[in-house]
Amino acid sequence: MNPRTRFVLRRLALLVPSLLALSIFVFALIRLVPGDPARTMLGFRATPEAVATVRSDLRLDESLPAQYLHWLGGLVQGDLGRDYISGDSVGHLIGQKLPVTLELVVGAMALAVLVGVPLGVLAVSGARWTRHLTQGFVVAGIAVPDFWLGTLLVLLFAATLNWLPPSGWVGLAEDPVGNLRYIALPVLTLAIGEAAYILRTTRSAMLDTLGEPYITFLRARGVRERSILFRHALRNAAVPIVTVVGIQFGVLLGGAIVVETIFGLPGLGRLVVTAINQRDYTVVQGGVLVIAAIFVVVNLLTDLAYGLLDPRVEEGRTGRPSARRPSSRARAACACTARSARAAGSWAPRSCSCW
Amino acid sequence: MGAAILLVLVIVALAAPLLAPHGPEEIDATRVLAGPSAAHPFGSDALGRDVLSRVLFAFRASLGVAVGSVLLSLLAGVPIGLVAGFRGGRIDGLLMRPLDLLLALPALLLAISLIAILGEGSLVVLVAIAIIYLPIIARVMRASALVVRERPYVTASRSRGVTGRRVMTRHVLPNAAGPVLVQATVLMGFAIQVEAALSFLGLGAQPPTPSLGLMLLDGYQVLRQAWWVDVFPGLAIAITVVAFMLLGDGLRRRYDPAGVAE
Repeated sequence: MNPRTRFVLRRLALLVPSLLALSIFVFALIRLVPGDPARTMLGFRATPEAVATVRSDLRLDESLPAQYLHWLGGLVQGDLGRDYISGDSVGHLIGQKLPVTLELVVGAMALAVLVGVPLGVLAVSGARWTRHLTQGFVVAGIAVPDFWLGTLLVLLFAATLNWLPPSGWVGLAEDPVGNLRYIALPVLTLAIGEAAYILRTTRSAMLDTLGEPYITFLRARGVRERSILFRHALRNAAVPIVTVVGIQFGVLLGGAIVVETIFGLPGLGRLVVTAINQRDYTVVQGGVLVIAAIFVVVNLLTDLAYGLLDPRVEEGRTGRPSARRPSSRARAACACTARSARAAGSWAPRSCSCW
Repeated sequence: MGAAILLVLVIVALAAPLLAPHGPEEIDATRVLAGPSAAHPFGSDALGRDVLSRVLFAFRASLGVAVGSVLLSLLAGVPIGLVAGFRGGRIDGLLMRPLDLLLALPALLLAISLIAILGEGSLVVLVAIAIIYLPIIARVMRASALVVRERPYVTASRSRGVTGRRVMTRHVLPNAAGPVLVQATVLMGFAIQVEAALSFLGLGAQPPTPSLGLMLLDGYQVLRQAWWVDVFPGLAIAITVVAFMLLGDGLRRRYDPAGVAE
């Protein structure tokens, strides 16, 4: 079996215990509620018959392992339980809300990468004032809570300039332009903070990479600075950037809960918060499970991306995702310089032999 | 710089009852949503309450929750990380694997899940934040202990027959605490953000408990008429987070030059 297949299989195998542990945590959510969960969910005015129905549905009278196995069996078949307030199935409810959350989170991450990475490169290569400006952006982006930023954006773009609606929602398939108008401010709210993290990571990774000997050789060969930055250095700085994008995806999923509430988006986060306020535990359970499962899968994809970006991770030669591999052109440049140097009987860079 | 700003903020928080020009719950029906003035520098809210006084009291409460939650996570996370890093092997796995599971959930979602079980309120938020930071503190402590346990003075102590517990507490802990201190400082800033976010969602502090998150929620509802109700509590959060970040950077340069807390 080649190292890449082995690496992918090993990571996929690790997914199983993660998801099982997650399912136990989510299962425990209802069972850890103080008192009788059925009574708490339905309220103290509920009839004994209704409470008995919920207890029977959730099998609360059985042993915990039996309850868990029954619940897990349903889960495997896509049954997330029933919402006892609306009477709808939890799976159906989540299916309606999930696309909104995904559109928000994916849109925000895409915008954050599009802004954060070029600004990170600019932070190491631009004029002094651009460095100060990007540094200010990082501090502000991290320090300003996204829910407050959201209200400031509403104040500017909705209340003052009247360019965009302050809240509301229309589906992408229903009205693409209207959808864009409603999603713009929430996406911007989430993206600014994320862009700050990505900028900081890109800047730090680029600074490390630009200090490598092969960059000196590329400069010595007269390769254009723009090409060095974007074709060589950025490619080798990609592993930490991908790491932070993977980690921050989970943060975005959390942030989406607040942003959906501010902008009145009918997403999964808002569903969970409303369900907590209504003590609607089956919906909380389903929502938490789906969001956490997405997070676990994104983490897996991030791990797999390391393997593509740095083959040494696949081969188990390094556990450090920050390990760097010079691009083929840089390696060629160094090898060429090293050969010439050796041929001339002078010093050859030691670092080239490591490549 | 960060320490100076933070010192001022802590003094302001402690002296809130002396500094506040009005009571935080003092209602003045003649000053509903009145703009900033000499008597009310931050204006007044929808009930005519002085925003400056409310920010001072809310900041005090939010800072208390943030500091309390990080201290709680230090109390549990430092011993776990220290033992896991120093002992290694099975004990390490036994202590750290359950904590790693907590990292499998987005932090805010984990806090919300815990609130769903325990109910709303400032104390529950404090415990929830402590739980979401516990694995981070434990991991940093473990990483730091792993580095320190290989130092020659630790080997020398052990070869002299000093017991493992004594080596851990007398030699490893003091020398491995720097990165944890750095991490805890940065986390305190973010804890204020998490507390405010949870209160904003109605899952944290409940009225009449003053909270910056609750003030932002009130401010958002009157944003078009009175920006000051929303802007000043938000600024208080941002300035506090920046102060903790700057202090964390300063401490990192001094106590964690190798970047273990990263």
